[in-house]
Amino acid sequence: MTLVSVIGFILIVVGLWGMLTQRNLIKIIIGFSIIDTGIHLLIVSIGFIKGRTAPIIDTTISKIDAVNRVVDPIPSALVLTAIVIGLAVTALMLVYAINLYQRKQSLDINDFEELKW
Amino acid sequence: MVKRFLIFLVLIFFVIMLLPLISDVQPQTELNSLASKYVEDGPDELGGANLVTSIVVTYRGLDTLGEVAVLFIATAGVGFLLRRRRNSESKTVKKRSSSEILQSGTALLMPLIFLFGVYIFLHGHLTPGGGFQGGVVIASGVLLSLLTYPKSEVSHKILNMIESLSGAFYIVVGILGIYLAAGFLDNRILPLGEFGRLFSAGAIPIIYSLVGLKVGSELVGILDSMQRSDS
Repeated sequence: MTLVSVIGFILIVVGLWGMLTQRNLIKIIIGFSIIDTGIHLLIVSIGFIKGRTAPIIDTTISKIDAVNRVVDPIPSALVLTAIVIGLAVTALMLVYAINLYQRKQSLDINDFEELKW
Repeated sequence: MVKRFLIFLVLIFFVIMLLPLISDVQPQTELNSLASKYVEDGPDELGGANLVTSIVVTYRGLDTLGEVAVLFIATAGVGFLLRRRRNSESKTVKKRSSSEILQSGTALLMPLIFLFGVYIFLHGHLTPGGGFQGGVVIASGVLLSLLTYPKSEVSHKILNMIESLSGAFYIVVGILGIYLAAGFLDNRILPLGEFGRLFSAGAIPIIYSLVGLKVGSELVGILDSMQRSDS
């Protein structure tokens, strides 16, 4: 349990709370973004090893020594992917919000009842 | 009231479900076997100084291809959803032109931002950065220009051409890997070169440049369609 992973966990819960309680579509999307950020922090914190540095080999970190000097590069690579996907999905959600607003002139989630039963 | 209680219940459920992620995970002290294989063999096998780049572009290259595909689908969705309104929209609101500071700043900064973006994706195998980051930096330069000149139009023909050509060449480089090296998206189709130099790591700089161009043009497309649907 590290500070970063706890912050990531809190962000996930806060974002989920925001998505469940807020009525405004834009606020729901912000909640999603907060969850996204929390997940990134959590994944990065899993790969972190105390006292080590970024997995880039240069003059200070030789190839032979690298195994004992660098953090786990795989979670970093996963987060790199996740950030870009999160950006694209957020853009798509915002465009849906724009479209819904144009239909009903409202961003309140309660005004969209077509899928309610 | 019932709704609030249910929301509270769902939150508690999620907290219990996710709690092992922070309580049970012990901080690592050693790299696990997969990571240490990548760290030990990566530099000599692929010639990339940035191990994250080696993993993203080559070891997990197929994932990156899928990621680029997801980004493309999202961009296509944005373009599709915002397209209809553009035709029906005819009212034009008179806006004052942007200030002198913004215009001069844009003229000064635009080339530098583009240069920085290209620098980031060309050096993806040596320094922190890469195609996705470089593409986003380039798109931010275009965003600055769109803020300054809201009326300006980005040529969709050129954008689409850059995007589809870079995507196609990405696949071509990947398929070349099957014939010239060990497998799909293998970077050893070109000589690995001297470790740590710009022209090294085989095809990684080429792939990342293509990814950078593709991501940049896609994000510029998103910004442009959002900006046009606004007015």
